Amino acid sequence: MTNIAAPPAAGVAVARAERSGDLTPWRLLLRRPTFLAGAAILLFWVACAAFGRSIAPHDPLAQQLLATNSAPSGAHWFGTDQLGRDAFSRVIVGVRDILLISSLATVLGTVLGTALGLIMGYLGGVADILVGRIVEAVLALPLVIVAFLFVVALGPSPLVITIVVGFVFTPLIARTVRSAVLVESQLDYLSSARLLGEKSPYIMAVEILPNVVPTILVEFTVRLGYAIFTVATLSFLGFGVQPPTPDWGSDIAHNYVTLGAGYWWMTLFPALAIASLVIAINLVTDSIEQVLAS
Amino acid sequence: MTTTDAPIGPGPPAGRGEAGPTVQVEHMDVTYRVRGRDRLALRDVSFRIGSRESYGLVGESGSGKSTVALALTRYLPRNGRVSAGAITINGQDLLSLGAGALRELRARTVSMVYQEPGRALNPSIRVGHQVAEVYEIAGAGRHESLERAEAILRKVQIADPAQVMDRYPHQLSGGMAQRAVIAMALAAEPSLLILDEPTTALDATVEAEVLDLVTALREEFDTSVLFISHNLAVIAKMCDRVGVLYAGELIEEGPAREVFDQPRHPYTVGLLRCIPRRGQRKDHGRLDTIPGFLPPAGHSITGCVFAPRCSIVQDRCREAAPPSFQINPAHTSRCYRHEIAPDLPRSTPVDLSLPTPEETAEPIARLVSVSKTFPARGGAIHALAGVNLDLMRGETLGLVGESGSGKTTLARVLLGLTPPDQGASVELDDQPLPADLRRRSRDQLKSIQIVFQNPDSALNRRHTVRRLISRPLSRLAGLSGQRLRERVADLIRSVRMEERHLSLRPNQLSGGLKQRVAIARAFGSGPRLVVCDEPTSALDVSVQAAILNLLADLQAKEKVTYLFISHDLGVVRYLADRIAVLYLGRVMEVGPAETVFAGPHHPYTEALLSAVPSIDGQRPTRIRLKGEIPSAANPPSGCVFHTRCPRKLTSGVCESTEPPLAEVAPGHLMSCHIPIDQLRTLQSNGQAP
Amino acid sequence: MATYFLKRLALALVTLWILSLIVFFAGQVLPGDPGRAILGNLAAQSSVRALDHQLGVDRPLLTQYWSWLSGLVRGDFGQSYQFRAPVRPFLGAALVNSLKLAALAFIVVVPLGIFGGVVAALTVGRGTDRIISVTGLSAATVPEFVSGIVVIVIFGVWLKVLPVSASAGTGASVASQLDHLILPVIPLVFVLFGYIARMARAGTIEALDSDYARTATLKGLKRSVVIRRHVLRNALLPTITVIATQTGYLIGGLVVVETLFNYQGIGNLIYKAALAKDFPMLEAGVLIIGVVYLVATLMADVLYTVLNPRLRLGISG
Repeated sequence: MTNIAAPPAAGVAVARAERSGDLTPWRLLLRRPTFLAGAAILLFWVACAAFGRSIAPHDPLAQQLLATNSAPSGAHWFGTDQLGRDAFSRVIVGVRDILLISSLATVLGTVLGTALGLIMGYLGGVADILVGRIVEAVLALPLVIVAFLFVVALGPSPLVITIVVGFVFTPLIARTVRSAVLVESQLDYLSSARLLGEKSPYIMAVEILPNVVPTILVEFTVRLGYAIFTVATLSFLGFGVQPPTPDWGSDIAHNYVTLGAGYWWMTLFPALAIASLVIAINLVTDSIEQVLAS
Repeated sequence: MTTTDAPIGPGPPAGRGEAGPTVQVEHMDVTYRVRGRDRLALRDVSFRIGSRESYGLVGESGSGKSTVALALTRYLPRNGRVSAGAITINGQDLLSLGAGALRELRARTVSMVYQEPGRALNPSIRVGHQVAEVYEIAGAGRHESLERAEAILRKVQIADPAQVMDRYPHQLSGGMAQRAVIAMALAAEPSLLILDEPTTALDATVEAEVLDLVTALREEFDTSVLFISHNLAVIAKMCDRVGVLYAGELIEEGPAREVFDQPRHPYTVGLLRCIPRRGQRKDHGRLDTIPGFLPPAGHSITGCVFAPRCSIVQDRCREAAPPSFQINPAHTSRCYRHEIAPDLPRSTPVDLSLPTPEETAEPIARLVSVSKTFPARGGAIHALAGVNLDLMRGETLGLVGESGSGKTTLARVLLGLTPPDQGASVELDDQPLPADLRRRSRDQLKSIQIVFQNPDSALNRRHTVRRLISRPLSRLAGLSGQRLRERVADLIRSVRMEERHLSLRPNQLSGGLKQRVAIARAFGSGPRLVVCDEPTSALDVSVQAAILNLLADLQAKEKVTYLFISHDLGVVRYLADRIAVLYLGRVMEVGPAETVFAGPHHPYTEALLSAVPSIDGQRPTRIRLKGEIPSAANPPSGCVFHTRCPRKLTSGVCESTEPPLAEVAPGHLMSCHIPIDQLRTLQSNGQAP
Repeated sequence: MATYFLKRLALALVTLWILSLIVFFAGQVLPGDPGRAILGNLAAQSSVRALDHQLGVDRPLLTQYWSWLSGLVRGDFGQSYQFRAPVRPFLGAALVNSLKLAALAFIVVVPLGIFGGVVAALTVGRGTDRIISVTGLSAATVPEFVSGIVVIVIFGVWLKVLPVSASAGTGASVASQLDHLILPVIPLVFVLFGYIARMARAGTIEALDSDYARTATLKGLKRSVVIRRHVLRNALLPTITVIATQTGYLIGGLVVVETLFNYQGIGNLIYKAALAKDFPMLEAGVLIIGVVYLVATLMADVLYTVLNPRLRLGISG
């Protein structure tokens, strides 16, 4: 004889997120040594960018014609360059422009790339194919060359460099975002949205975009590293930040001829500075990727 | 440990030889390390598989059944380990084997067959070489291995083994690939064959053939079998004994027939009541549900693991985990109250009066001459061909078919997601509907909604439940402000969820809850027709019952029409008023549910019914379809079913002419050249009621 | 399959054409009057105009484009403004030099990258993997001139074991040429290693986690056999495409490396042409780079299709 029993108390636990006791992404990040190391170096350079002039022991622009090409010593930790300027101070102050330009360029590229990627990925069609061909063509050329052609054409002001590098990154970011959008397009929630009569702009911005944010985040940090790479290379080729503003790339460009004579300090330290900044960003990127993957 | 030893069962049916048990698992614990914490996946599991015996392991998600298979082959992932207990295979202690001995065991003694056969084969190596590899490992030379590979492929009923050997895995159909995998598994003549959901990914008719094959081979090779599945009917068909797993514990064990006919654990009782059987309908003999939820994985538990959901729970159940009680020498149950378990009180009423659909002649929707052809590289794919179908107001029309039948395409055409070919007409209330949903009016959009199969895919994982449910209300029903909030609260209650769920996101909900949200969303705009596309296929059995009852109740309350798509005949029989059977994009049969099921019916329907295993036991007639479902790019001439039809007419008319969909009885249409009376005679010989 | 190749080829040609448009018009945007640039600031305006007319730069843009394009197809790359001589020989010699450098870089980095990636995958999550992954990623974004400077300082200035300049001088022996090329190759290898290792690692991890690797292991095969016979061929297939796309980065790196090491390669040529506003040289040079890249990707696509049975044979019953 079956009868209907009173159902067990409604307080039966819902399948709560297994997150009870698990850590939010932030906390997980803060526990990783690679993240902490990278973040520390980054913060150091950001501080230099903000307060460089105050920290530097000497005036980076001051030329001391009696002390040119002197090796590292107590007075000048990194030695002096061909015009007698203190290399250490130039390294400290030299981060500012490259960091600023790279960051802004990456933000620009990410915003444009995301918009382009969403449109290409979701709307597809002729626009996708056409733009895709153009993107392929542009990517056939090394980005550095494309960037430097345009900077030569338009003049190497910080604004121009920012915009050019931003535009040059847009196709790459667009490609990544497009792939992520294509993955989302396979899912049924987009059909559900269309069945509610939602229009394309709404679907792209409100339905798809939140789901591709992790991809965009990782892409942003990766591109930031490349932005620094590109801006530094442009400076080295003479089309970046112009003298006399202290800049790592252009300092190397002006001083590498002295390597043959054995004067290594004017170029090695800025080079190591670039390397440290780039590596720091990579450590942060790698940590974010690892955390998002788990 | 308070458990008693599990008894040695009487083993395989009398007449077979008796050796020591092939597999002996004793008090096994398996632990996974997840995010720095240890979680027990299996707790104190003990069972034996005798020589030549077939043992079924049944459980829902989170039960740990696949973990058992991984433990038995020592293939647990890096973060898992057997933390207690012993496993003995053919007398050898599995856990203490060295690397070389383990390889030897895997090569000769234990073989596994998994769920997705296409992926189990290396895509870059020809099939023949992969099968031959088994013989090479045993020491045979290259040439001999290939010959023996061909022989064993023939044994698994592959018609042209030489040709198949030359192919790559992606060139094989699902059924063929699974046979090849089975061949590979049996080539080593193992003592133990483990099958983990081997037919879940296959169509019903193909599944039936593969299961028959496994049964035949088992007899020939004298192998013990461990059959793991969530499908109780398949286990009932294939296994001598069965163990029921719940949340990592083996809560009941015994001879299969006995456990399914006289279950002695509240969970088993509840589970069996969740499965739709012959004679059960949504208003008469309703499915019962198991209240509560499956415990989250690795949850630490004191007392009986099923206590939170048990209707006959007592205090002692919560204090200490029950030991294994012996009901008879072969049958054990981990329940203090196992004597009264079969009388477990129901959680839902057994009968409910649901309004029957009105007997109006007015269809709410019609599909007229609907065809859909997809362009593809090798030639066009004819997903649908000239489909005519009516949906009556207030009814549930079950749409049944295997892969390639076109059922999902049909639904998408109705919804406007996929435009049909020229010449098709889709009508709602006698008004033509624009083929493309972008051109439909808000009222039209309101009227037809869908519940998708996979709630993970159908719900935007970044939106909250509140937002997911509110959107159709604001967008299609034009509600806002206080009225919107009230309606949202109404809806969430109508799917038996609580207000606190509204602020959660889908990934914080279980599968069943997610599907309820999807249902709430579908009903939000007040539709008149709801398409249910395999709404319970991705859910556990116990969850499925609750969702099916919910759908039935909502239909009564809101007076909607359902187009219910499913490959599961049991579920369709439970819910549907009328049934349409599709094959290769064409309607084979349409009619009232009981008539279609009882017969006489289309030969394809007959074969489908014959193929699906039932927990009630086997039907006497067994029709097996030969071969594979033809490709939709190249449909056969005449009646598309003639290539596999066991009742094909000798006159040749089946090959040359496509039969029209004609009325053979009031309300019952069929597309077959065989006259209905002849079918009745043919099918009633040995036809079970 | 033939239709597939023809389609790919046609697409590549379209891309190439678009590229020529971009290159030509970008070149036109460069400020400065070629005539003025050649004759200098003190020359008379009339002489400048005459020279401009002689060079053909006062014609309408489309006419210039058309004559340039048809010249290219015929093999006539125009006349260099700087050197007043045909562009082709310069391009040819520079291309050969760059190819030597690029080839050496590839020979070193492809096996190294694949090996690193596979090892990282086999030790996934553990120390070796983290080191290889992070090193690879970092090395990939350190600009070539930075790593170039570091190796020059260490090996050229401090230790004095390798020459600082990449040019061995005309008629130098192969051994001597190689000796000079070692330092320039290192920055290129750094940058490429990261990508290749990453791709190889991802492919290997996916193959290791796959169902067919499980099948192979459960057949009783030794782990080394599973990896060698079943995992690697599937793991490395996607890596092939990556290697081809690396030519793009490689060439970008050439500009910097050749400048730093004073090597007469095509990167250096383009750089100097841009500075001197030598349009014909610049445009021809950039276009050649584009062609090289497109040929490399086309070959990679073909190779990938040939090696992947799914694409080679298509899906059938």
